[in-house]
Amino acid sequence: MILFWILGLPLSAALVSALPLGRRVAPLVTLASCVAVLALTVMAALRLVAGEAVTAISNWIAIDGLSALVLLLVGTVGSTAALFSWGYIAREESSRHQRRYYANYNLFVFAMLTVPMLAEPNLVWTGVELTTILSVYLVAFENTNEALEAAWKYSILTIMGGAIALLGFLALYAGSVSPGEEVPYTWHSLIVSAPNVSPGVLETAFALILVGFGAKAGLVPLHTWLPDAHSQAPTPICALLSGIKTTVILYVILRLIPVLDASGKIDVDDWAMVVGLFSAGIAAFLIIQVTDYKRLFAFSTVEHMGVILAAAGIGGAAGHYGAVYQILNHTLTKSFCFFAAGTALLAVDTRQIADVRGLIRTSPAAGAALLFGGIAIAGAPPLAVFLSEFSILRSGISEQHYLATALLAGFVVVAFFGILYHLNRMVFGRPLSVPEGPVPVRLPASCLLTLVIAAAPIIILGFYMPEPLHQLLQLAAGGLSR
Amino acid sequence: MTISYALLTSLNGLAVGLFLMSSFALAATRQMQGCQRFYIAQSICLVTSAFFLGLGLHSSDLLAVAALDAIMKPIVIPLLLRRMVPEAIFRRREIDQVLNIPSSLLIALALTLFAFFLSGYLPRAAGSLGRINVPSGLAGLFIGVYALTVRREAVPQLIAIFCIENGALLCGFSIAPTLPLVAEMAFPFDILIIALVIGILTRMTHERVGTTQVGSFATLREGPGK
Repeated sequence: MILFWILGLPLSAALVSALPLGRRVAPLVTLASCVAVLALTVMAALRLVAGEAVTAISNWIAIDGLSALVLLLVGTVGSTAALFSWGYIAREESSRHQRRYYANYNLFVFAMLTVPMLAEPNLVWTGVELTTILSVYLVAFENTNEALEAAWKYSILTIMGGAIALLGFLALYAGSVSPGEEVPYTWHSLIVSAPNVSPGVLETAFALILVGFGAKAGLVPLHTWLPDAHSQAPTPICALLSGIKTTVILYVILRLIPVLDASGKIDVDDWAMVVGLFSAGIAAFLIIQVTDYKRLFAFSTVEHMGVILAAAGIGGAAGHYGAVYQILNHTLTKSFCFFAAGTALLAVDTRQIADVRGLIRTSPAAGAALLFGGIAIAGAPPLAVFLSEFSILRSGISEQHYLATALLAGFVVVAFFGILYHLNRMVFGRPLSVPEGPVPVRLPASCLLTLVIAAAPIIILGFYMPEPLHQLLQLAAGGLSR
Repeated sequence: MTISYALLTSLNGLAVGLFLMSSFALAATRQMQGCQRFYIAQSICLVTSAFFLGLGLHSSDLLAVAALDAIMKPIVIPLLLRRMVPEAIFRRREIDQVLNIPSSLLIALALTLFAFFLSGYLPRAAGSLGRINVPSGLAGLFIGVYALTVRREAVPQLIAIFCIENGALLCGFSIAPTLPLVAEMAFPFDILIIALVIGILTRMTHERVGTTQVGSFATLREGPGK
């Protein structure tokens, strides 16, 4: 029943948000719905940790450790982004546009919730397609030339990816289910039937899904739309896209790793490691040459997707734990980074790195947030991302993947210096001389409150891991093993 | 009256052959309306193939999907596109394309050969009846990807997306004809929502930028000139 509530709330909120009931109704309903969804996802995760099965419709709508983690993260970022939207979108004068924004926002959250909840892989494909289609309007929301260009590239490339992945899903189904056979078809049944499926079919299906959904998750070389879309969308949407949407897509790719492992004839770990390292490496070097600070964080997302995939490829219990730990930390930290970038954008009204200097003096809140976000996402100790990246590197050494570990460490270091080089100049540089002096901007209270709330778990997880969360991560890591 | 399996196989082969020809025509045409007409022709071939496969395999699910697709793809989606996209765009005769027609046809031919090679790695649950669907569907998909890459206009790019989806489905009907109905039904609705959303985006782009030549969009780049 709890899963039906999780799906029903954002749908109802979308409906209410679309009605002309006053300017405050849509943001309030959206925030209330997202917080309720978060509470419900926490309850579902706790039940799962306690050993209970959480199922709505057997073999169709059910969650396990890995999907519960992703569900929890959708609830978390959905709530913080809804709070940030309150002050950020209030600048939009047209109440009709506001209502459209919130209706689409809720539908987008709904689509992201369906992906981890659905147990039938072909329906998961539909859920993933919905996440793309329902976010196109949000990317184009600002209705500028740049936003429309970004939305176009985003929609065309990722929908094409979806069509390619569809073929992979159909091949997977055909290889696993004999004609006329009336058996449940789920992620779990795929693992069970994998040893009897032709390795050629499995490899072809995996390659098609990796290419198709790799385009949606921003894996190199199909990442070109990502910095555009993730920089041009309104900030709360950037947080959703970069923080959790890419993770939701990667979750589907990760689901296939135990399936191919179970066949016993395919070395899927090598596939994951090579694709992951390639993405992390290219993105780390691209970070150095960015000129827009929102694109900086977008490229960091490409790097993190690569790191997570490489960690899954390293394999072993420690590698899989590192991968899911990185998923958790990436989502929390990246969404914070975009909230910080959005606050800076409100303060300085430019996205160009070269046009922002001495932010800590002109807007202390935005400067401090941007600096903290940069330090956290780059992987500085003792914050959360540092711990997960360190655990991945340690697992690489213990699994004797020395070359891959060395490359990964190198890419992480390049990204670390790339991010901090740009942010250091923005935050501490000498303020640019403007004749009339910097115009003080009053930042919306909801944006500042979001920064405080979103920063808390990043700091806390650097020092303390609550036992239920640790157990959930272990369950999620188990989902990557056959 | 029963239709023999051999006759159904031949009729399906004819539908799939016409599907492939309309894919080639889609890659070669330089006219906006031609693009749309060839998409409609391709969709009719897809629906016909699904119908013959449904008959041959005694699959009521596949027949239901064929019926739904028959309404969605050749009728609802083109009508929706005409409604969403400004008429001035459809009146354009020449579509900008990176490569010329002979080169496009040669590339489409090469992609078809590659599709026939790759199809050996995919399962064919529909047996000999739908054997031709797999390579032809893959070819349709690849030609769609090619058309998407070389077209510089919004509507032809959108139609190329539909062509990719048609190719995947033609292939899919043969690979997995026993797919659960709920999953089969999701695909046509997915395409409908795509047409709606991208149609709105095309209209917004036309109103804001004054053109739908998306190939010339190049403001979002890294570099000092930005």
